[in-house]
Amino acid sequence: MDSDYSPTILQGQQTNDDEILAKTPPLDPRALGGDSSVIIMELLQRFKVRDVMKRQIISAARSTTLREAQRLMRENRISGLPVCEEGRLYGIVSVNDIITALDNGWIEDTCEKHMACNLVVLEAGMPISFALRYFNNYTYGRFPVLDSNRKLVGILSQRDVMRALLYELSVEIRKLERKTSNNAPSHATSEHYFRREWAVVRNDLSRAGHAANDIKGILRERKVDRTVARRVAVAAYELEINICIHSHGGVLVLLISDDTITITAKDRGPGISDIEWACRDGTSTANDWIRSMGFGAGMGLSNSKRVADEFDIQSEVGKFTKVTCTFKLSKPEQPANGGAA
Amino acid sequence: MTAEEICTKVNGTLAVSAEDAAATGVYVGDLLSDIMGHAGEDCALVTIQNHLNTIAVCTLVGCSVIVLCHSRPVPPDMAEAAAREGVAIIITPLSQYATARALNDLPPSEH
Repeated sequence: MDSDYSPTILQGQQTNDDEILAKTPPLDPRALGGDSSVIIMELLQRFKVRDVMKRQIISAARSTTLREAQRLMRENRISGLPVCEEGRLYGIVSVNDIITALDNGWIEDTCEKHMACNLVVLEAGMPISFALRYFNNYTYGRFPVLDSNRKLVGILSQRDVMRALLYELSVEIRKLERKTSNNAPSHATSEHYFRREWAVVRNDLSRAGHAANDIKGILRERKVDRTVARRVAVAAYELEINICIHSHGGVLVLLISDDTITITAKDRGPGISDIEWACRDGTSTANDWIRSMGFGAGMGLSNSKRVADEFDIQSEVGKFTKVTCTFKLSKPEQPANGGAA
Repeated sequence: MTAEEICTKVNGTLAVSAEDAAATGVYVGDLLSDIMGHAGEDCALVTIQNHLNTIAVCTLVGCSVIVLCHSRPVPPDMAEAAAREGVAIIITPLSQYATARALNDLPPSEH
């Protein structure tokens, strides 16, 4: 009997929220296009299981009795107890195992005899998105986490994931708010100007065209001339599709002033080495899959250039491509008498 | 010409109906950039592109009738988006050329 058993702390101390935040780099600000789904996807990829898991592990030895295991679970308010010695994980005792032991009169047996041995474990270096798939695929509320030497280094519960994500999201939202107030052009806050931007996700064709559609709706609401609105929508759509199918993702920005509408598309690479070639009709680097969907005809940049009053493209290989299309708005004609009836 | 009339002319079935869906001309194309750049407003789009993005393009160019050739099926997300955006979809067994000939009463539509 192991009545003197005390909880084992396998490695380190419980990490608090500030420490988690301090050791995680900030999100790539280029991804902060204002679209929350993009931010969440970035977080799910960036966070690893080791960043979020609990490192303070309450565990039992193989010789620990189920009664002692029950006490540990009750006192520490946990529903599963890893059975582990010197970092090696042997099994897990669950609340169900304890209930069964009480029902069947084997509560004084050792954990080794009744623990579950076929375990689903996570690896410390896995992205959180992977761990979430495990929570979806299995009914377990928590998973043991092993390091590259197959040693138990933590426990991950759904609550740990939610807590870390919510905390990090609130931080990112504050950053976004600060960025918006610091970076927005001063004229964007003027009542004579309108600015809005959309994040465009790589290869997300299910959303391709949403930004262009929104832009067309905004122009319609603002009673922009139909012909101009169509030209703007064509450029917005082409540039949005280009970001979606050719780049690593980026943003599409609409800026409306008194006399111009500007569409700017900026992506995060891979950049264009020969801009003149890329702007020619019929030239495209799209793959067969993209072409089979009717995209990649090599008309995106040339269409945008054709419909815009001014067209500018800048690119740096490996870094970015930025395309700006400007459209002139004709002012409503003023009556010769200054509007007097 | 209403979507129902177009449907009859191309020996098609109306997969998605939309109130007031009609066309004053025809544009034939399978490349979305080409359609985006050249299709005129209020045209019937004759195409084989049976996916969601075709609806996005139609919405942007102001086209409210799509004729899908070669009996291509309408995926659920495309049907849903079409219904939401007021775009009628007709499925015809005809090819693009045969469809265009069947719609000879309508003029070419080009922007």
